[in-house]
Amino acid sequence: MVTRDATHLTGGLAPDRPEPAGGQPATPAGQGRIRGALAFLRNIWRQLTSMRTALVLLFLLALASLPGALLPQWSLNTSKTAQYIVDHGSWGRLLNTLGFFQVFASPWYAAIYLLLFTSLIGCLLPRTWDFVGQIRMKPVATPRNLSRMPHFESVSVAGDPAGVAQRINAGLRGWRRVERVEGPSVITVSAEKGFLREVGNLLFHFSLLGLLVAIAVGKLFGFEGSVIVNADDGASSAFCSSTPSNYDNFRPGLLVDGTDLTPFCVNIDKFAATYTSTGQASSFVASIRYQAGAALGTADWTSRALEVNDPLRVQGQRLYLLGHGYSPVFTVTYPDGQTQTGTQPFQPEDSSFTSQGAVKFLDPPGYLGNAVRGHQLAIVGIFAPSALIHGGIMTSEFPAANQPGVAIQIYRGDMGMETGRAQSIFSIDQNQVAIGQLVKLNRANLAPGESMSLDDGTKITFTGYKEWVSLQTSYDPAQGWALIFAITLLIGLMTSLIIKRRRVWFRITTAAPEGTAESGAVDHGPADEAVSVAASTVGRNGVVVGVTDDLVLYVTVEIGGLARTDQAGYGDEFGKLVGVVQGGPDGR
Amino acid sequence: MAVNDQLGNVSYLGFQAALAGYIAALVCFGVEFASSRGAAPTAAEAVSMTLRAAGRGRTAVLDRGRDEKSAEPPNSGIGQIVKPPTSARRPMGPLFGRAGLIVTTIGFAAQVFSIVTRGIAAGRAPWGNMYEFTSMICAAAVAGFLFVLYKTRTRSIGFFVMIPVTILMFVGGTKLYTQVETLVPALHSYWLLIHVLAVSLSSGVLMVSGVASLMYLLRARYERKLKAEQAWVKEAGTPEVTARQPAPAAAGFVPQSVVADKSRLASLPSLATLDRVAYRTAIVAFPVYTFAVIAGALWAEVAWGRYWGWDPKETCAFVTWVFYAAYLHARATAGWRGTRSAWISVLGFVSVLFNLFVINIVVSGLHSYAGLN
Repeated sequence: MVTRDATHLTGGLAPDRPEPAGGQPATPAGQGRIRGALAFLRNIWRQLTSMRTALVLLFLLALASLPGALLPQWSLNTSKTAQYIVDHGSWGRLLNTLGFFQVFASPWYAAIYLLLFTSLIGCLLPRTWDFVGQIRMKPVATPRNLSRMPHFESVSVAGDPAGVAQRINAGLRGWRRVERVEGPSVITVSAEKGFLREVGNLLFHFSLLGLLVAIAVGKLFGFEGSVIVNADDGASSAFCSSTPSNYDNFRPGLLVDGTDLTPFCVNIDKFAATYTSTGQASSFVASIRYQAGAALGTADWTSRALEVNDPLRVQGQRLYLLGHGYSPVFTVTYPDGQTQTGTQPFQPEDSSFTSQGAVKFLDPPGYLGNAVRGHQLAIVGIFAPSALIHGGIMTSEFPAANQPGVAIQIYRGDMGMETGRAQSIFSIDQNQVAIGQLVKLNRANLAPGESMSLDDGTKITFTGYKEWVSLQTSYDPAQGWALIFAITLLIGLMTSLIIKRRRVWFRITTAAPEGTAESGAVDHGPADEAVSVAASTVGRNGVVVGVTDDLVLYVTVEIGGLARTDQAGYGDEFGKLVGVVQGGPDGR
Repeated sequence: MAVNDQLGNVSYLGFQAALAGYIAALVCFGVEFASSRGAAPTAAEAVSMTLRAAGRGRTAVLDRGRDEKSAEPPNSGIGQIVKPPTSARRPMGPLFGRAGLIVTTIGFAAQVFSIVTRGIAAGRAPWGNMYEFTSMICAAAVAGFLFVLYKTRTRSIGFFVMIPVTILMFVGGTKLYTQVETLVPALHSYWLLIHVLAVSLSSGVLMVSGVASLMYLLRARYERKLKAEQAWVKEAGTPEVTARQPAPAAAGFVPQSVVADKSRLASLPSLATLDRVAYRTAIVAFPVYTFAVIAGALWAEVAWGRYWGWDPKETCAFVTWVFYAAYLHARATAGWRGTRSAWISVLGFVSVLFNLFVINIVVSGLHSYAGLN
């Protein structure tokens, strides 16, 4: 590996130089250029896949993410982002152009993580091949000088080399090991353990790749749709997810055109919120009925309670209860006696649900053609579930509807529905007011049942309120895969951090260790080998009774240990391995 | 769910007791740190100290934190009389250190009591708002410190761990404190138990890791100075310095270090120890933190309709995760070990604190239920 790198490096530094290979003709200039370009690319690739580059890219990734946390983002809060841009003038506009308000969809962010993942792949593939090679290789031969290892011990034990080797092998259960004969009377055992570390490492990194793919698939094929529905026993709340236009807001994935949504239908019967005495919410429950699949269009509904933290999972899609609020109901009695009833969700403005919005009556009876547009009515104002009028301004003092009230302002005229401009459902088009098309009439504070009259005899009654819930449908076909990869990522991470790669070598020689001049120990030279082995074999088998002290044979075992990643923590295990040589934990 | 205010007050008493204990511990550890010197000397310092001690007829005490190991003066030849230690007076530093350990333990017990009673009073997992969360993180940090102390016996870490712990506890107990209350429906989930517990425990342990890395940086800076100074002394051999020395008899003699004499940082644990503490705590906390992020994603899938949406909190958690991933990689990369990887670890630590406070309090996002306003 190292030598190959070295040659590549030379090639990269001197790409145009013809090879000085003896006797060979110089390569044509064109070929040299190609080779130069290839060398250049190889160098780029090597740079990209180096750990240094990966670290720098990791930093860039973290750095580039920060604006996503510190600046408002279009994807999270549109109005806040727009406000921020307005507040910061040309800086705001510049940052917007550069994509700082949609960091995670910006090209530069994509460039960083794509480079990072390319670097990761370039690092992972060779590592995987290396690892496969390592698995197939036998543990490396015992180094000549074991005393240089970080862990080293030399012990002298009774027995013959083959027997001690057998004992060591038996004690190394779970280790990959190999026994080698290094020459007359010298046996070595090499063993290694902890391959799972690299397995965990590779699993972790491949899981990251898998996670990225799962996220990408979700962004391509998933969608989110949100809708606000009144809770009124299905009178106006039947919602079917058959087409994107049924949603108030539909955010499709890049490859979703909305033509083949799997439909399900929901009725919101009732919504109930409970609050503590301080006005903090303690529970939200929506009672719903839904149908899907074969039940669609039949009278077969399934009842269920939909709560925060408990989505409905149906047809691979998920339906969430995300928010709630109030929809005041108004009845307009026109001068000719005809009545129209209108209701519209109002937007909560504070934690006590002081809500603002507009109810629009677009089709006054008794008018035809363009005259209709001149007599449209809009009720704009505040709904307060627990109304408190202070200084002429109505606010709510509690989120529950204890004493509902509205403070409304009536407008009459052309709403501007045909102007082509998009209109908020919560407000009227102030342009129409400015150009005099929409005329401001009188205003009033009303309690339920109370009404007010306009100059032409039209009567407007605040008849009551409904509660609305905001629902969101989410669909992400790959989120199960994302979870699986997250789990394998965690397993891989823990494996690679916990398991240590370590090696141990034993060299068994019949030479007496220094300084063990016990009485009776036989001094084995290499020449004595045959004798000693024979004698000890007899001794080991226990056949010969009455072996004299002179015949007790000793072998010297040198043990060297090396932990490849982190030396700390190997000491205890190494001590146990030394114990194995001495005849097990209790063999001392 | 009924809320027990009386028990909540008892819990707060426990919290205050814990804070008092930690402040006392901070003072004790501080005294020990200020009075100790060279608790874990470098090889050069060891020689220097031994020589100095020998010159005064004493035995050098190289490691005050442990059993007093006596080092034989290297220049004591045969026939030379070596005086025994002159006084049996016990040094004050270790006494304060032991006292610090005791009050830390007492404070920790009080805090555990506070957390448990808070949980009983509220009838839920006691980590539902910023005050409770801060308390959990501090408890985890102190537990992590006690464990590190048990493993490495390096008490001087205590002083540095107690600084952020007492600050966090103080802020938590005054600015962030809220009465026991029930939680908003968004938090009614068993994921609160899992996700927030994992986050707070890992954040606390990461705090110990970050502190160890900060100490590493201090110590590294000090050792750089020491080396520069030793090189200078060796070259110049100024009489001012050598005059204070005993006869430079032993081989490998390094003149007494002025920096080592002056700097308290000499009593920091060795670089190897600090690096090991930072790494060990990080590899314990990092998987837990990863799990916490995954659990958070699972909860987000249940509560917000998507498992990841780049909410400010999620983004910052991601940044923290990337920093620690970079730390683990840097520590295994030639040229990035040591000071550089310590800097990355400190960045990760800063990012944890930033995510904890700035994101929750300053930046508005889905995680803004601190129970503050």
